[in-house]
Amino acid sequence: MAASDVTGDVTTRAVPARIELQLRPVLTASYSALGALLLRDLVVLWKDKWVFVLRTVIQPFLLCFVFLYVFPKIGQGVGGGGGRRGESSFATVLVPGVVGISIMFQGVQSIALNMAQEFGFTREIEDRVQAPCPIWLVAMAKVLSGAAQGALSAVLVLPIAAVVHAAGVHAHLDLRWWIILTLVPLACIAMAGLGLVLGTSFEPRNIGLMFGFIILPITFLGGTYYGWTTLSPVRIGGFHWLQVLVLINPLMYVNEGMRAAFTSSPHMHLYVIYPVMAAFATTFLAIGLRNFRRRVLA
Amino acid sequence: MIHTEQLTKVYPGTDFAAVDCLDLEVGTGEIFGLLGPNGAGKTTTAGMLTTRVIPTSGRALVGGVDVAAQPALAKQVSGIVSQQNTLDRQLNVWENLYFHGRLFGMGATTSRRIADELLEQFQLEKWAQASVYALSGGMAQRLMVARAIFHRPAVLFLDEPTAGLDPQSRLALWEVLGQLNRDGQTIMLTTHYMEEADRLCHRVAIMDHGKILALDTPAALKRGIGADTIVTVRAAADPEQLAAVLARDVAGVERARVADGAVQLDVSGGQRLVQQIVLAAERAGADILDLSITEPTLETVFITLTGRELRD
Repeated sequence: MAASDVTGDVTTRAVPARIELQLRPVLTASYSALGALLLRDLVVLWKDKWVFVLRTVIQPFLLCFVFLYVFPKIGQGVGGGGGRRGESSFATVLVPGVVGISIMFQGVQSIALNMAQEFGFTREIEDRVQAPCPIWLVAMAKVLSGAAQGALSAVLVLPIAAVVHAAGVHAHLDLRWWIILTLVPLACIAMAGLGLVLGTSFEPRNIGLMFGFIILPITFLGGTYYGWTTLSPVRIGGFHWLQVLVLINPLMYVNEGMRAAFTSSPHMHLYVIYPVMAAFATTFLAIGLRNFRRRVLA
Repeated sequence: MIHTEQLTKVYPGTDFAAVDCLDLEVGTGEIFGLLGPNGAGKTTTAGMLTTRVIPTSGRALVGGVDVAAQPALAKQVSGIVSQQNTLDRQLNVWENLYFHGRLFGMGATTSRRIADELLEQFQLEKWAQASVYALSGGMAQRLMVARAIFHRPAVLFLDEPTAGLDPQSRLALWEVLGQLNRDGQTIMLTTHYMEEADRLCHRVAIMDHGKILALDTPAALKRGIGADTIVTVRAAADPEQLAAVLARDVAGVERARVADGAVQLDVSGGQRLVQQIVLAAERAGADILDLSITEPTLETVFITLTGRELRD
């Protein structure tokens, strides 16, 4: 009895209420950690909501303003010089492209830029990876919140196209909900995955390079301003080189998908878009999660 | 609380072990210090115990959890304060604590309550709504400690906790850690400040080149060098020759060595030491420029063990 008294005494003195080793199963702990990581991102997004809106809207607004308002006003030739009709059909090409590019920029900004910062001078990532869950889940939480922000930006951007244009210039929208509800989330995940790959591949000091060598070519050769089906006249000899070259660009499939979802204009076949986008999403996530793990663990 | 067996880390692309077959045992309620110069393997050891560095071989248990086999589980039992400020810059001071609670599975009410309590305990209430950019280095460090103990970890790990802090903040942090420990918190810290290890730690492992050279209480380590007095002599003479002369002529000299251009003598039970040294030096024709007598420190222990200074 004396012995057990002593043991009890020692235990209470050395380990008071502070330390109770109650381990929760990893699955439960991971689930609540994921929830907390997403909640944290949501709170931060809410704090910066006006910055988010401005950041999301500024580029689509400028694109629509220049191409759909200024150009028709000054009679500068877009839309193949077909007057208001040609301008309207260019608007129909541009509007889904603007949605696609917004989704991509959201993925890059919300994940790649933040992550470069957290890996770089703030070192915040050091704390985030102490979350009681597998390390890949920390990166996955970033992808999910980045994808959600991409979807939110798609919702914000679409009405702009309806408002910002010159008189008589109209994009002919034809919303196909089953495509919107399946393809937009898939595109958001794929572009968030791209953000993860970029954010974990580039050193923080090389972010400028990333914009110059990756983001710009993707943007300009990603079918934002033209449909993939219309590229065939660009050829050397009999070879449609540009139409083939842009097939490596993930944004091409996103934009073509948006074209299929929001308009009835010609677009790449959906049975190409879905699997290729899914393949891009899977590849980006696999590479991004692997990079993330390598950056975090030694 | 911490148990390692032959824990080893060889970083890819290197041909030496950063940590070499480490066997450690840290008990509940201890403050345990890993002391050593940069590159000794302290941070790698702490990294392996906190799941960030994957061991090449060997085993490590923290709070009974195998850190290599179950890293996600091990994180539940560890609280970590790293060298850099890793506070969430986009959240305010209070939110930094609150979201930590949520991250570790606590409900909103509990997290709110503990966040309030910790801010008070760490005297940061006034800063609750402030941006973390507004905090001084010392306050940021206190907030990181508060965050690390939020989920009541079995072991609190601190990597060079007071590096870069001003002396006052350093004392304040020692105070905080001492109090946490009196409340039962097991603490492991790495440091290259011998004074920190001496003042704070119950036991200290002196590390160099990935191995533990000595492990004991600071008092025992200092006793272990077999001298009670350390004399440092600077003179206008060849230090090597002077060291030999003093070792021969002064009674009670255990060891004499040259460090940093000065002669250092480990002396035990020496009588009229100053007089003896002055006379011996004069006979050898060396003009003494400076002479100091101190008690042994952990630095002395390190020098005795490695022949190098801790700062190197």
